[in-house]
Amino acid sequence: MKTFFNDLYKKANKGPWPLIITVGLMVIGSITVYQSPRSLGAFLTLMLCPMMIYFLKINTKVKIFMGLLLAIVIIPVLGIRNIFYLEVIFQMAVFAALALGLNIVIGMAGLLDLGYVAFYAVGAYSWAIFGSKQLSLLHSIPGAAPAGAEFSLSPSYFWLFLFLGVGLAALAGILLGLPVLRLRGDYLAIVTLGFGEVIRVLALNLDKPINLTNGPQGITPIQRPPLPPGFILEPIRSLLTPIVGHVPTDAEFYNVFFYLLALVVILIAIAVATRLEDSRIGRAWAAIREDETAAIAMGIPLVRMKLAAFAAGASFAGCMGVLYAANRTFVSPETFSFLQSIGVLTMVILGGLGSIPGVIFGAGAVVILNIQVLQNFSLYLSALRQSDAVIPIINFAWKDLSNQLDPAKYQKLVFGIILVVMMIFRPEGLIPAERRKRELVEDKE
Amino acid sequence: MSLLQTIDVVKRFGGLIAVNKINFSIEQGTIASIIGPNGAGKTTFFNSLTGIYKPEEGQILFNGQSLIGLRPDQVSTRGISRTFQNIRLFGNMTVIENIIVGMHTQLKQGATDALFRTKKFHEEEKEAENRASQLMEYVGLKNVGNQLARNLPYGAQRRIEIARAIAANPTLLLLDEPTAGMNPNETADAIKLFRHIRDDKGITILLIEHDMRVVMGISEHISVMDYGEKIAEGTPKDIRNNQRVIEAYLGREAAKLRD
Repeated sequence: MKTFFNDLYKKANKGPWPLIITVGLMVIGSITVYQSPRSLGAFLTLMLCPMMIYFLKINTKVKIFMGLLLAIVIIPVLGIRNIFYLEVIFQMAVFAALALGLNIVIGMAGLLDLGYVAFYAVGAYSWAIFGSKQLSLLHSIPGAAPAGAEFSLSPSYFWLFLFLGVGLAALAGILLGLPVLRLRGDYLAIVTLGFGEVIRVLALNLDKPINLTNGPQGITPIQRPPLPPGFILEPIRSLLTPIVGHVPTDAEFYNVFFYLLALVVILIAIAVATRLEDSRIGRAWAAIREDETAAIAMGIPLVRMKLAAFAAGASFAGCMGVLYAANRTFVSPETFSFLQSIGVLTMVILGGLGSIPGVIFGAGAVVILNIQVLQNFSLYLSALRQSDAVIPIINFAWKDLSNQLDPAKYQKLVFGIILVVMMIFRPEGLIPAERRKRELVEDKE
Repeated sequence: MSLLQTIDVVKRFGGLIAVNKINFSIEQGTIASIIGPNGAGKTTFFNSLTGIYKPEEGQILFNGQSLIGLRPDQVSTRGISRTFQNIRLFGNMTVIENIIVGMHTQLKQGATDALFRTKKFHEEEKEAENRASQLMEYVGLKNVGNQLARNLPYGAQRRIEIARAIAANPTLLLLDEPTAGMNPNETADAIKLFRHIRDDKGITILLIEHDMRVVMGISEHISVMDYGEKIAEGTPKDIRNNQRVIEAYLGREAAKLRD
C-alpha cells in the first residue's frame, strides 16, 4: 500500500505530469462544480487541487500563480454561484486556524489542552458584546430588549477588534497557563477541559446580575464590517453577473468577503506557526515536549515558554473568534461546547501532531466529512425513508427506519472513531511532522 | 577560592536522608569524581547542585555566589551544564537541533526576530548551526547532523549529550555516569574526550562514575559517598588504599577476608 503510493507519487512527479495533473484537476473541478453545484464529487475534485499544488514538484512561481488563481478567482466565482461551498470553505479556514493554534500547544509544546475552544469563545464574545447592542442592554432582562437600543460602536471597529481578539485570547491563554504550569499530561488535560467548560458556563450565566452575554439565547445581531465602497464593488458586480447567472447580492459579497478575510488570517497563521517553529522559541517548545527535565537543565525557562505556547496558540483562536462572530452575526454558548474542542483535537490528530500541512489537511477533511459527507448521507437516507424501498433479505422497509439514526447526528461518533483508529494505526497522523533538514557543511565532503 | 563549594548540604526525602551534610569543593580546571555504591546519594547530590532538588540545609557556592533557591535554568545560565545518567536527549529532534538547544541561553533572538526573519535572526541561526556542527565533530561524530537523535546508537547518543552540554559554554560540566553501558574501546575514547574538553576548553569536570578504570585513570581528586555521607576524599592513590572505601564497596566482612 505504502509503496504503491510512493510509486504513484514518483510517477506523478515526472516531467510535465505535475502541471498536467493540477491544471487538469482545476479545470475539471471548476467545470463540474459550475455545472452541478450540489455534487460532492465535484467539490472534492476541486479541493484536491490545492493539495496537488502543495505536494507536487512545480516551479514555485507557477505554484503561487495557480494558488492565487484558485483562491481569489475560481473559488469566489463558484462560491457566488453556489453559496454553500463558500460556507464550507469558510468553515475549513476557521477550523484550520484553530487547528494551527492548537497544534502549537499540543503538537509543538506537548501540552494537552482539551478546552481550546474557550479562546475561540473569548474572541467571539469580545466582538459580540462590543459590536452589538448588548452594551445598552446591560440592565434589561434577556429577551426583553427595549426598543431603540443602539449599537455601541460603529462597524469599522471590527478591524480593531480583530487585533484586540488576538490580545484578549492570548491573555486568557496566560491566565489559564499560570495555575496549570506544574501539571503534566492527563492532569493538564483535565484542568484545561474544566477551563473550557468554565468559559462556556460563564457565557451561559453572565446574563445576571448584569446582562453581559444574554445567556443561553446568545447575542444577535452583531455588526459586520462595511463592504468595500461602491466604486470598487459595482464593477465587480457587473463583471460577475453574466458568469454566475444572476446579479450578486450584498449577502453573497459578504460571504466572499469573509472567505477572503479568513484566507488572509490563515496565511498569517501559517507564516507565524512555521516561523515560530523554526526558531529558538520553537526549539525550546520541542525540547519541553520531548523532555522537560533535560530542557530546563539546558537553561530553558519552563514557565515563560509554556505560557508563550498557551498565549500563541490561543491568539489564533481569538482572531478567528472575532471573524466568526461577525460572519454569523450571532453567537451563543452552544457553539463553544466541549465537542468543538474535541473536534479541533481530532483535526490535529488526523493530520499529524506538530505537522503544519497535516493539521490544515485534517481541518479540511473533518469539516468536509461533517458538513458534507454526513449531510449528503443524511439526505440520501431520508430520501430512502420516503420511498417504498425495502432492504432485501431481511425485508426491512426503509420507511420504518428511526429518525434517531440520522447520520448528521453522528458527529461525536465520527470524532471518536477517527481518534481511536488514528491512535491504533497511525499515531503520527496522515501527514507526519518532519524536522527541517539543514544543509550542513559536513555533508558536502 | 574553589570554583564550586558546598557546605553541609542536606537533602531529605521524608524520613530518608539522601544527602547528609556534604562538604565538597572542586578547583577550577580539575577533573574530579564522586564515587560510591548504588544508592549512595550521588545523583541526588548532582540534582541538588543543579537546582532540580532544593536542599533542606546547607550552602552551595559557585564562583562565590549562592545557588540555593535558583531554578535549574538559572543554574544553567550561571555556567553549570550537565548530562544525565539515563540519556535524556530530545529524541524527535535532529542531532544539530539538540546541540543548538544547548545554546538556548546564548542566543539573543526574540519572537519578533523569528516572526520577521530579521538579518540578526539569519546570522545567529547560521552561526549556531556552524558551531553545532563543529561541536558534533569535536565529540567525534560525523554526518549525523540531520538524523533524529533517537535513531543513533547508544555511544553516539552519549556523545551528543556531552556536545549539547558544552554548547552552553559552561565553566563546570557535570557528567552523570558518562561511560555507563560503553564497551572498553568506547570508554577509552570517552576518557580522551573528557581530557580534551578540560585541556582545550578549560572546562572543569565533575563526574559520577562506577567504572573504576575511568575514575582512577582520569580523576585528580575523588570523593567517596556512602549512605548519603562523604566517607573519604583524596587522590586516586589515597582512595585505593582507604579502608572505609573498601568496606563500603565490598562489605565489612568481605573486606576483612581480603586482608
